[in-house]
Amino acid sequence: MSKPLEHIRNFAIIAHIDHGKSTLADRLIQTCGGLTAREMSEQVLDNMDLERERGITIKAQTVRLKYTAKDGIEYQLNLMDTPGHVDFAYEVSRSLASCEGSLLIVDASQGVEAQTLANVYQAIDNDHDIIPVINKIDLPAAEPERVQQQIEDVIGLDASDAILCSAKTGDGIGDLLEAICTRLPQPKEGDAAAPAKALLVDSWYDAYLGVMVLVRVIDGTLRKGQKVKFMATGATREIDRVGVFTPKLEITDELGPGEMGFVTAAIKDISETRVGDTITDEKNPCTKALTGFKPSVPMVFCSLFPVDSSEYEKLKESLGKLALNDSSLHYEIESSQALGMGFRCGFLGLLHMEIIQERLEREFDLDLIPTAPSVVYHIYSTKGEKQELYNPVDMPDVVKISKIEEPWIKATILTPDEYLGGLLQLCEDRRGIQVELTYAGNRAMMVYRLPLNEVVFDFYDRLKSISRGYASFDYQLDGYEEGELVKMTILVNAESVDALAMIVHKSQADPRGRQLCERLKDLIPRQMFKIAVQAAIGGKIIARETISAMRKDVTAKCYGGDVSRKRKLLDKQKKGKKKMRQYGNVEIPQSAFIAALKMGDD
Amino acid sequence: MFGVYVHWPFCASKCPYCDFNSHVRESIDHAAWLRSYVREIEHYASLTPGRAVTSVFFGGGTPSLMEPETVAAVIGAIQRSWPKTAQDIEITLEANPGSVERDKFAAFRAAGINRVSLGVQSLRDEDLQFLGRKHNVKEALEALETASKIFDRYSFDLIYARPEQEIDSWRAELEEALEYANGHLSLYQLTIEQGTPFYGQHARGEFAIPDNDRAGAFYEVTQDIMAQAGLPAYEISNHAAEESQSQHNLTYWRYGDYAGIGPGAHGRLTLEGKKWATRGHRAPEIWLERVAEQGHGSHPFEAVSGGQRFTEAFMMGMRLREGVSLSRLAEESGQPWDARLDRTRIQALAEEGLLVLEGDCLRPTIAGMQRLNGILSYLL
Repeated sequence: MSKPLEHIRNFAIIAHIDHGKSTLADRLIQTCGGLTAREMSEQVLDNMDLERERGITIKAQTVRLKYTAKDGIEYQLNLMDTPGHVDFAYEVSRSLASCEGSLLIVDASQGVEAQTLANVYQAIDNDHDIIPVINKIDLPAAEPERVQQQIEDVIGLDASDAILCSAKTGDGIGDLLEAICTRLPQPKEGDAAAPAKALLVDSWYDAYLGVMVLVRVIDGTLRKGQKVKFMATGATREIDRVGVFTPKLEITDELGPGEMGFVTAAIKDISETRVGDTITDEKNPCTKALTGFKPSVPMVFCSLFPVDSSEYEKLKESLGKLALNDSSLHYEIESSQALGMGFRCGFLGLLHMEIIQERLEREFDLDLIPTAPSVVYHIYSTKGEKQELYNPVDMPDVVKISKIEEPWIKATILTPDEYLGGLLQLCEDRRGIQVELTYAGNRAMMVYRLPLNEVVFDFYDRLKSISRGYASFDYQLDGYEEGELVKMTILVNAESVDALAMIVHKSQADPRGRQLCERLKDLIPRQMFKIAVQAAIGGKIIARETISAMRKDVTAKCYGGDVSRKRKLLDKQKKGKKKMRQYGNVEIPQSAFIAALKMGDD
Repeated sequence: MFGVYVHWPFCASKCPYCDFNSHVRESIDHAAWLRSYVREIEHYASLTPGRAVTSVFFGGGTPSLMEPETVAAVIGAIQRSWPKTAQDIEITLEANPGSVERDKFAAFRAAGINRVSLGVQSLRDEDLQFLGRKHNVKEALEALETASKIFDRYSFDLIYARPEQEIDSWRAELEEALEYANGHLSLYQLTIEQGTPFYGQHARGEFAIPDNDRAGAFYEVTQDIMAQAGLPAYEISNHAAEESQSQHNLTYWRYGDYAGIGPGAHGRLTLEGKKWATRGHRAPEIWLERVAEQGHGSHPFEAVSGGQRFTEAFMMGMRLREGVSLSRLAEESGQPWDARLDRTRIQALAEEGLLVLEGDCLRPTIAGMQRLNGILSYLL
């Protein structure tokens, strides 16, 4: 039997990174007896190695908890742990759409941060009731009153009855569970007798069970053996398993209105399960599908090449495997003269890109060359046609372009005020336009509009280094705007190096070009010939460096005994040449380009 | 061209820059060494009947530590085993310019040595000390003087581009050295070889050697001075008047045959059209044992393929100012030369002023000689 709606609470946990979200989730699980002490490993929900190591949550997770409140009623609490990072805002919005309430976790010493803001506004947009939770009150630096005030000042949320707790010691956890039952609303709608209607919240591939579909049931029930229809794709399937996570996977008889859980239906291909789709009964369908979600759109692009070209197939397979569980990862084949065969990949953001690269290297043991990240430009031809440009290499001839638009973001930065000057300068240098600058205590909140392409370059690293790690940053997309953008190519002995082509704002072209040329000058070993390294826009050279020819390169002694040894050395060099790329007369080691791509803006 | 190289693997002490096959022993059984040398000479002679030896070279180690009687007996064995050998061939012995060795010069002369090559290395006492040499400048100059009285032909070695060395002071030192030169000088830039004491010291930053640009400048200054003195480089590090060039070393660079006698000695032998590489065991005691067992102390002979012969002949020949004969290269490899060398690449290097292609002859310019490693890896 399904629980009555009034005894169900669906809630999400939102927080800035490192504010203790996952620890709190674990503590709730433990308190409700979801796992025995023996089974509790630290942060059970972040089950990817990478998630645990970086202390971040990548995929949303749901857990069903049983809690008997002081009123004697056993509540069913469905907890959704959401990713905190901006790149996964899309996952957050999905999670929030399937809940009615949120716990807003704020670190008692750190206070409100940029992601706290972004997430809380999303929760408000989803009409959530929000319980502010001030965590880590056990820390010596904790200032719960100050943070309470900050929540009211910066977010504008009543924090007078915020729950004070420490997920680490367990202090205040009882109060929190009570508050969840008493202060958060029950599921708004839900008719057990109506035709089945469920929201497809997420899906992923499990090696044993096939595609698992995370659902939030609105009306009716889902049970084993039932024939269901996916309304957007039109596919019909027979449910072969229904269950929940406690967080252990548990098979149940059915999922009723207001409940969350998973179903499996012998689905092999994850692309059949579109997130936001409505699942209904095949024979007795509901009349109207749920509104669903906008599909996720990759925002940041870069190309990935295997260092060892023979690993191309392996890279292809590995990307395929990752894409099984990550519908937001896009990739297609790309061939580069400088770096060989690889893939142009699209990501939700910089962190997403970094995580995918790291997973490829770590889980699939690949050695990768990533190119500089880039964004999607809109190119309008003189004929008025619009083209989306994913790769600078594909940019059409300038004479055929009437205008180029680039994506902008609205960025929120919170920082201790001592770093404000440096951060304002950073934003100005990156063509930023100030929208707002306010203070709460000794913290400043900056809101800036910035071109995304200035941010993907190394903005986040600079922000962290200027503020010694104390500033936090979040952003949302804010439309496309025309910009004075040019394609800058790097030429080695007059031949262009495709992997180093980039689109930059006209005002940034000169310094960026000079910088890259200088960098390459240091990285390309001297050879028999003079090497010209140039940065060019169209036919115009904007920067130039010359690598002079080797002045001396000869073995001093070579007699009868050295012949075999020297010959073997030459043979070895010949093998090394396979990793060289030919530009005119000169051979440039691939490693020079890799290093040029890897170096930051310093 | 058929050279015989005899390796004496012992030194009184090891120099910190040297990675040659040399060993320090408290006592040496000279009679046993002579027997083994003679046996190995006879063995290689039996493989190459009818050849006439064109040069002999005693290298090491420190062959001036050999007893002159041993040297005489080895030369005798060579002449006896290859009876077509002429009487007046070049027979060189490497010698330390110390006082003890100097006193043996006359005896070596009597034993049949007609050319000595002295390891002077420097005309600055502090640098000799840094290089781990046991002699001083005064002894070296005395040894040179003695050599000039006893031998018609002699050469000496200098090591330059030393840590902290200034180009001007090297110029002065080299000008000084030229006053003692007799038609031939070997001038090596100091290189740091793996497995030597210098290697670790250098890696730890205890001293630095000139960077690429400075090393280039050192080389260029050296070429200028030597050309003016009438001793141009006929090989990367070897300078001589035309008639004073080392016939033995030319055999290596012209990729002629040579027999390698002694521990760690290498040889190249053409037997019935096929090229073989021989390589003596490096450890003196093992070499002695092998000679006793099988008549020679080499590892199994290795066949050198056509392609390898091409590479070897090319990389050795290009060390010479005279360059290589393309038809000769084709002969070695059994393929047209342009099957292995790209004409457009040769053209590119010629335009850069590094090579000259004239008829059948491909040779490096001076600029090319000082960048030979790059040329080789670009072309091969």
